[in-house]
Amino acid sequence: MTILSSPNLLNDKTILDTVIATTGEVVVGKQHEIKLAFTCLLARGHLLIEDLPGVGKTTLAHVLARVLGLSFQRVQFTSDLLPADILGVSVYEKETGRFSFHPGPIFAQLVLADEVNRATPRTQSALLEAMEEHQVTVEGRTHTLPVPFFVVATQNPSHQIGTFPLPESQLDRFLMRIELGYPDVSAERTLLKGRDRREMVAEIEPILQPKALFEMQQRVSEIHVSDALIDYLQELLNHSRRAPGFLAGLSPRAGLSLRSAAQAWALLAGRSHVMPEDVQAVLPAVVGHRLRVRDLAHAAAPEDIAARLLREVAIP
Amino acid sequence: MTATRRDELTRPIVAWLAASLLMVVLLHARQQPLWVCGGFLALVLWRILHAWRGVPLPTRDHRMLWLLKHALAIGIFWVVYRRYGGVIGRDAGISLLVLLIGLKLLEMKSRREFVLIALLGFFLLVTAFFYSQSMPVALYALACVTALLGSLVAMAQPGRARSVGANLRLAGTLMLQAAPLMLIAFVLFPRPGSPLWSLPKDARRAISGLSEEMSPGELTRLTMSDAVAFRVAFSTNRPSAAEMYWRGPVLVKTDGRTWTPGDPSDRSAPAITAQGVRYSYSITLEPTNRPWIYALEHPSTVPRGTRLSRDLRVLSARPITDRIRYSAESYTQAWVAEADSEELRAALQLPPGAYPRTRALARQWRLEDRTDEGVVRRALQYFRNEPFVYTLSPAQIYGDPVDGFLFGARQGFCEHYASAFAVLMRAARVPARIVTGYQGGEYNPVGDYYIVRQRDAHAWVEVWLGHRGWVRVDPTAAVAPARVQRGIDQALPGLGATVGGTAADLAVDLAGWRELRYAYDALNNRWNHWVISYNARRQSAMFDDLGLSADWRALSLLLGAGLLLAGALLVAWSLRGRRAHGDAIARAYRRFCAKLARRGHPRAPYEGPMDYARRVSASLPAAAADITRITGLYARARYGQTSSAADAQALRSAVRRFAP
Repeated sequence: MTILSSPNLLNDKTILDTVIATTGEVVVGKQHEIKLAFTCLLARGHLLIEDLPGVGKTTLAHVLARVLGLSFQRVQFTSDLLPADILGVSVYEKETGRFSFHPGPIFAQLVLADEVNRATPRTQSALLEAMEEHQVTVEGRTHTLPVPFFVVATQNPSHQIGTFPLPESQLDRFLMRIELGYPDVSAERTLLKGRDRREMVAEIEPILQPKALFEMQQRVSEIHVSDALIDYLQELLNHSRRAPGFLAGLSPRAGLSLRSAAQAWALLAGRSHVMPEDVQAVLPAVVGHRLRVRDLAHAAAPEDIAARLLREVAIP
Repeated sequence: MTATRRDELTRPIVAWLAASLLMVVLLHARQQPLWVCGGFLALVLWRILHAWRGVPLPTRDHRMLWLLKHALAIGIFWVVYRRYGGVIGRDAGISLLVLLIGLKLLEMKSRREFVLIALLGFFLLVTAFFYSQSMPVALYALACVTALLGSLVAMAQPGRARSVGANLRLAGTLMLQAAPLMLIAFVLFPRPGSPLWSLPKDARRAISGLSEEMSPGELTRLTMSDAVAFRVAFSTNRPSAAEMYWRGPVLVKTDGRTWTPGDPSDRSAPAITAQGVRYSYSITLEPTNRPWIYALEHPSTVPRGTRLSRDLRVLSARPITDRIRYSAESYTQAWVAEADSEELRAALQLPPGAYPRTRALARQWRLEDRTDEGVVRRALQYFRNEPFVYTLSPAQIYGDPVDGFLFGARQGFCEHYASAFAVLMRAARVPARIVTGYQGGEYNPVGDYYIVRQRDAHAWVEVWLGHRGWVRVDPTAAVAPARVQRGIDQALPGLGATVGGTAADLAVDLAGWRELRYAYDALNNRWNHWVISYNARRQSAMFDDLGLSADWRALSLLLGAGLLLAGALLVAWSLRGRRAHGDAIARAYRRFCAKLARRGHPRAPYEGPMDYARRVSASLPAAAADITRITGLYARARYGQTSSAADAQALRSAVRRFAP
C-alpha cells in the first residue's frame, strides 16, 4: 500500500530506516520517539525532550549527532550559566592587538541543551533567539550558525525544585516536544544485559553526511500536500480555536509546524505525499506543548489533549 | 471571582448585545415615555462603561451599588405603577420589560444570561407589533432580528474575533435558511377565527375616523388626518370623482347642534330599483372599531357577514378591529321606492324652538313653491347665490348654530352645509337626513386603486321626493363644486400646508416624488393584503380554492408535513453543499466505507484511510487485497500529487465491484 514514487524517495527511506535502526540499537524500545526525533530534524525544527533524568535523553541526542555525522556540543544548563557561556565571547589578544571572537558551544550542528529549565530566563532566551534566527550577535557582530543547525533541549518536569519553566511563548519555538518515559520490560532487560551505552555511541559510524541531510530536508519541503489535506489541517486548527474546551487555539506557526512535521513523517514512510495518518502521527508531539485545556481541574496530559483534538475532528 | 466568566463576555460581545437591544428599544421609542428609553439608555451605558472603563457593576462586592440596583428595581415598579395605575397592560408591561432588561444587563455574567437577555430582546421585539404591523416596522424588526442573531453568533464563537460583517452574514444566512420554515408556518399554521387570548385593554386605542355623531367641527377635525381610511380597487370601470360617494353612517335625529342616527330598525333593506352603471370593487378597510363598513353609493351586493340596513348602510356584526378586505357592487343611481310613515316622520323632526330664522326662510320658500323639487332647487340656489364660503376654519358661531351659519358667518365646512340644508328641508316639510362618509379619493396609478383618506370625510343630505324616493343632494357641491369634482386638495389648496404640511405634501409637485409615494402605497397595500390580513377566513378561502378542506386538523397535518419536508430539504441542501466540497473521489470512497460499514466495520470520522484499511483488513482477511488496493487508489487520487480523471475512474469501478 505504501506508494513509492521516485528513486530518491526510495533511497531516502532505505537510509532513514538504517539510521533509525542503528539509533534503536542504542536507545532501545523507543522506536516511535526516535522516528519523531528524526522527523523533527528533517523538518528543520528543534526538539524538546521532557522527562525525568536518566531515561536516555542525552544518549538519544548523542546518537542522533553520531549517526548523522553532525558536529556535537553539549551544554549543561545551570542557574549561574550566562548567555556568553553559550554564545561565545570576544577576547582581546595581545599578539594581534585585536579582539577576536571565541565561539561558544552553540556553534555546532547539533547542540544538546541539557536541563534547559535550570538556567535563568535570560540565558534561556539567548538560546532560543539563536534557535529562531540561526545566527548569533555578539558585541554588534553577527555570526552565522552552522548548517544544519539543530537543538535538542531537555527539560525536567517543571515541578522539580530550582527550575525556571519555559514560558509558553518560548515553548512555541520547539517544533516538537516528546517524552521518553520508562522503557518497557523487555527493553529494560536488553538495556540491563547490554553494554555500556557510552561505548556504543562512540562506536557508531556516521551513516549520513550533513550535505545529504541538507538535501533530504530540501526534499521534505517538496512532499506534496494536497488540498484535501490542507482542509484537514484547517479543520484541526479551527477546532482548536473554536471548541470551548481549549483555552487558546493553535497559532498559524503551529499550523506550519504541523504541516512540515507531517511532510517529514511522510518522507520517513517513503511516501511522496502527506496522508492524514502522517498528521495524526506527529500531532501529539507538535501540539502537545502548545495547547492548554480550559478545565484546569482536569488538567490532562499533553497527549490526551492531542488525542482529544484528533478524535473530535473528522477527516474531511 | 469571575475571571473566566468575564472572559466569555468580551467587549465586542457586550457591544453586540447592547447595540441590538438599543435597536429594539428604538422601535418602542415612539410609544414609550421618554424616561423609559432614557433609563434604558443609561443602564446600557453603565454596562458599556463597565466593559471599557472598568466601572464597577452592582455586584455584591460593591455594597452600595448592589443596594442601588435593588432600589432601582423597586423604583421601576413604583414609577410604572404610578404612571399607568398598574403593572399589567400593554404599555405598562412594555415599559417594565424595557427597564428590567436594562437592569438584567448589569447582572449579566455568563453566557447563559447573555442568551437569556437576547431571547428577551426577541420578545420585546414582538411586542412592537402591538402598535404597528406596517411594512417599515416589519422590515426594521427584521433588521433587529438579524442584529440579535448576530449577537448570538458573536457570543457562540468568543475565541474568534470575527468582523461585524462576517457575523451579520452568518446571521443573514441563518435567517435565509429559516425563511422556508417561516413561510410554511405562516401559510399553514391553523389560525383561530377569534384571537386565542384577548389583547390587553389598552391595545386598541381610539382610532380616528367617522363616528355616529356629527356636530360642527367634527369633520373639520378629520381633515387634519392624512391617515388612510380605505383603499378601493375597481374590477369594472371606475366612476368619475364626482360620483364617488362612500356611504357611511346615516344621521336622522338632531338636537339642534348634534346629529345622531335614527332608532335602530331590524327590518331588512328596502326594495331597490337599481339604475345607471354597475360598479364592482373591493375595499381594504383600515380598522375603525365601528360596526359598519363603507360602500359606494348605492350598494346592491354586500359582502358575506354583513347586511344592508334600511337606510342603505352596510352593517357588520362586530366592530371592525382588524384590517379587512371585502368586495361589493354598487349602482350609481338607485331608486328606493318605499319608506314608511314612521321613517318619514323621523326625517322631519326638528328640535322645538330652534333656528327661528331658518324656519321662517323655509316656510317662505314653501309658500312660494308647491313642489318639493322646487324647494330643493331654491335652497341650492340660495347657497350658490349668497356669499357662502367653503373653508376649513370657519368663524366661531355663537348662539343658534344653523341660524348663525345661514345668516351670520356664512363660512363653513361640509357638515355646516349639510346640517343647514337638512334643517331647511325639514322646516319646509321635505323629509331629509344627513349621510356621512367619504367623497372622492386619490387614484394610485401604480397599484390601480383609489386611496381614500380621513380628510376625504364628507357629509351630504338625502331628501325624500315622493315618486323618486331618497335623492342625494350635496349642498357643498353648490358652494364649492371643486370639492366634489376634483377632491378636497383642489377645493382647499392650502390644506397640505395648513395641516402642518410635511415636506412630502409641499413637494407633491415633484412628479418623481409623487410616483414614489404611489409605489410605496401600492406596496403597503400588497403587504396589508397578503401578510396582515391573512386570517382564518382568508386561510380557509385559500384552501377551498385549492380544493382542500381547511379545518385545523388538516392544517396541522399539512403543517407537520410541510415542516418535515422543509427540514429534509435543508438537510439535503447542506449535505449537497458538503458533497460539492468533495468530488467524485470522495464520493467513491464514502461508498467504499459504507459497504464496509454494512459488514460491521464503520469508519470513525477521524480515522485515516490507511489506519482504517489496516484495521478492517485484519478483520476481513478475505477482502484484504481489495481493501488495500482501493485504499491505495484513493490515497493517491485524493492526497497524491498527480490525481487524474483516470484515477478517479479506476477508483469508482473498483469500489463498484467491491463486495466485502
